[in-house]
Amino acid sequence: MSGALLLLTSFMASAVETVEALTIVLAVGLTRGWRTATTGAVLAVLTLALVVSALGPLLVQYVPIDALRLVVGALLLIFGLQWLRKAILRASGLKALRDEEEAFRSGVAQLAGGPTHRNTIDWTGFVIAFKGVFLEGLEVAFIVLTFGASSGRFGLSASGAFFAVGIVALAGAAIHRPLSRMPENTIKFMVGIMLTAFGTFWGGEGVGIEWAAGDFTILLLVLFYGAVAGLLVTAIKRRNVHQGHQLGDSP
Amino acid sequence: MRWLVGFGRFWYDFIVGDSAVLAAGGAGALILGLLVVEAGSPVLAQVVLPLGVVVTLTAGLRYPRG
Repeated sequence: MSGALLLLTSFMASAVETVEALTIVLAVGLTRGWRTATTGAVLAVLTLALVVSALGPLLVQYVPIDALRLVVGALLLIFGLQWLRKAILRASGLKALRDEEEAFRSGVAQLAGGPTHRNTIDWTGFVIAFKGVFLEGLEVAFIVLTFGASSGRFGLSASGAFFAVGIVALAGAAIHRPLSRMPENTIKFMVGIMLTAFGTFWGGEGVGIEWAAGDFTILLLVLFYGAVAGLLVTAIKRRNVHQGHQLGDSP
Repeated sequence: MRWLVGFGRFWYDFIVGDSAVLAAGGAGALILGLLVVEAGSPVLAQVVLPLGVVVTLTAGLRYPRG
């Protein structure tokens, strides 16, 4: 059961970050050439894969499992709370929803001014594509790494990320446009809940808690945090109606 | 030196992000869980930790730039 949740969380977190990275790669591809964009993106993915495959076994081999679960749990908990907070603010209307079409248009506008040599590598475009994919992917690499190390299932956590990156990249290559119809905030909401649940579970084990329901606790925590997040969205929406809050710009 | 500061800032932004309340609260909830376990109430810790997380999330929403 926790294996399926682990796979799903890794898949969804990777899908969201890949959509954001794809937006940057498409903007670079259209303005600076596809060779530049794909070279930057592929090198960034390879660098991330190298980091995960090098650090993963080292973590498991040399760090005691309880210490690892405490540190990983604390980091996942903080990550999950950040994702969840942002998703709650967006769902309740306090923060604008991320618009991939708009991010794409502004990226194209910023890059369009420079020189383009479509048959050679344009270094400005390369750096932007590499950095975009690397930074968006770092969060995914972190999740894959920590999930794999804490559960001892690197294959499962890496598979989720691998399939997500593959599916989103294929979709992007097919339509050559950002995937603006993807319900990004809904997915971020669910990933935030799942990361918070896994963080609580592993962090709790790290401080010495023996969960009475075993692995089933993760599902209980997902349901509990989901209910709390839903209540918070409702409460904020109600407060907005009373106070007439405005939307803020958001990245 | 400048590289080191940049490196530290990158990891601060990566982990703490735009809400120090969540980072401090998340760590605080785990410390609270540890204290309850050490006090000899591991069953209570199973309730205290998730509640501490919920309090942290609520505080992070209340003080979004904290």
